[in-house]
Amino acid sequence: MQIEDYRGVFIFAQQVDNKLAGVSYELLGKGRELADVRGSEVVAVLLGSKVENLAESLGQYGADRVVVVDDPALETYMTEPYAYAFSEVIKKNKPEIVLYGATAIGRDLAPRISARIHTGLTADCTGLEIEPETNHLLMTRPAFGGNIMATIVCAEFRPQMATVRPGVMQRKKADAPKCRVERMEVKDLAAHRNVEILEVVKKVSGKMDIQDAKVLVSGGRGMGSPGNFTILEELAKELGGTLSSSRAPVDSGWVEKDRQVGQTGKTVRPNLYIACGISGTIQHLAGMEESDIIVAINKDPGAPIFEAADFGLVGDALKIVPLLTEAIRRTKERKATA
Amino acid sequence: MKIIVCVKQVPNTNEVRLDQKTGTLIREGVPSIINPDDKAGLEAALKLKDGQGAHVTVLSMGPPQADAALREALAMGADEAILLSDRPFGGADTWATSSTLAAAIKKLDYDLIITGRQAIDGDTAQVGPQIAEHLGIPNISYAEEIRVEGGYVTVKRQYEDRYHIIRAKLPCLLTALSELGAPRYMTPAGIFDAWKKEIPVWKRPDLTIDDSNIGLNGSPTRVKKSFTKAVRGKGTVMTLDPEESVNWLLERLSEKFII
Repeated sequence: MQIEDYRGVFIFAQQVDNKLAGVSYELLGKGRELADVRGSEVVAVLLGSKVENLAESLGQYGADRVVVVDDPALETYMTEPYAYAFSEVIKKNKPEIVLYGATAIGRDLAPRISARIHTGLTADCTGLEIEPETNHLLMTRPAFGGNIMATIVCAEFRPQMATVRPGVMQRKKADAPKCRVERMEVKDLAAHRNVEILEVVKKVSGKMDIQDAKVLVSGGRGMGSPGNFTILEELAKELGGTLSSSRAPVDSGWVEKDRQVGQTGKTVRPNLYIACGISGTIQHLAGMEESDIIVAINKDPGAPIFEAADFGLVGDALKIVPLLTEAIRRTKERKATA
Repeated sequence: MKIIVCVKQVPNTNEVRLDQKTGTLIREGVPSIINPDDKAGLEAALKLKDGQGAHVTVLSMGPPQADAALREALAMGADEAILLSDRPFGGADTWATSSTLAAAIKKLDYDLIITGRQAIDGDTAQVGPQIAEHLGIPNISYAEEIRVEGGYVTVKRQYEDRYHIIRAKLPCLLTALSELGAPRYMTPAGIFDAWKKEIPVWKRPDLTIDDSNIGLNGSPTRVKKSFTKAVRGKGTVMTLDPEESVNWLLERLSEKFII
């Protein structure tokens, strides 16, 4: 393998139902940064059926080039046709770096490709940078349930590949977008469908995705019962945010899994995170410590969450939260009439 | 039907604590367990065995003490266990781990392979799909329900905002989610039998695989360094009555222009 032959930062532009996943833009933001250091280009790889219309927005967020494989066999995500198509793109273009979102799709697709083209893959990265002396990609990720961080290198194989945790990297609009769209034909993709999708069932959720929320009111085991989460929803509504949760209420079935913040849930970075009755395990902190302002309300003055909070209140969330909601409502009314 | 379940023995990371003074991990006294997703996968295999009959083989790669995890699997109801343990396998990343496990699986008969989605010490979710790639069979990740009928497996495959019902012809590899069901307990008779059973240990010469695909030397990735995270600066903590708490907090939040 001639490592010098591999150039460019490629990102997997994940789309489902002709909508780009938010993490695709975040990968472009980070990809742009890495490509600028390496003096190379950022290329978005867009796989799907009738998806070329998405190329423009990829350019607006930093792609120099979009490689589109448009094929009816790629309409709905299926491991093998996607792995085959993407591997062909890699073989033809020889990228130096390939980034995928650490989503339920990316974490299935990327390992399959790494085994196929024989290169390393680092999972769920939260930090990526180029090592100046070697030009290798330094891939940093939480390990041991978020207890420690590890920096991984893939020195002798190319491309260097990583999946990246959604919600961690920043998206950035390009100052002067100039993007080339390039169609690539991959032959006989339909023949690579080795499973059959019998049914696609979408979960209907009227609620805001916790990764998009500017304000999160989050509850833990200390809330005591599922019914008590109503007061958190009321506070969230008053603040224009939404409800999230630590792991315990999800495991107890009080709260939906897609609300979970932390190492085994989602990483969030809202403007305001209010942790109510959450003790603050390392696994939980790993998912929310990048929030701008953290407020913690907990009865136990020794709870580790207070170590991470900007403003901590030792007390009963069940008493404090309703009063807080009411006080915010009054403040807003006063401002509205002033 | 022949099922292979791959399990990993892991430290219970929920019980790992940081030494506040030195910032290092306290690993002493942390119990080793069967990785939870793998255990859910084993439970799914045992349910298939209960329902329609199956031969369940449990396979693990690890140090000699991983024997304990395999005995627990036998005591839960697995028929057979194999341990891959030899110094040349050590230091493997996911690529080398999966190629080693695949080399062992090639020596066995199987219709279905089940791995956990991910292990709690690494959280990579890579080894399952990589084994399937090395074997050249389909994989279905994130399985939360499994049904086997007439040489086909039907799986409820979870995504963030939806699920797919996917059907695949056997052989196929699935990665298991805890949603598959709470693992059963070991039975007293099972424990007794499990300790009597012999667990073969396969070593380097037992596998047909190139040296460049195993252990540390076969690993494309290396850990360059590991460190504990810088702690976020601690803020102010107040103990006040509820009314005062709210007033104090509102003042702080208005200073930051949040409200």
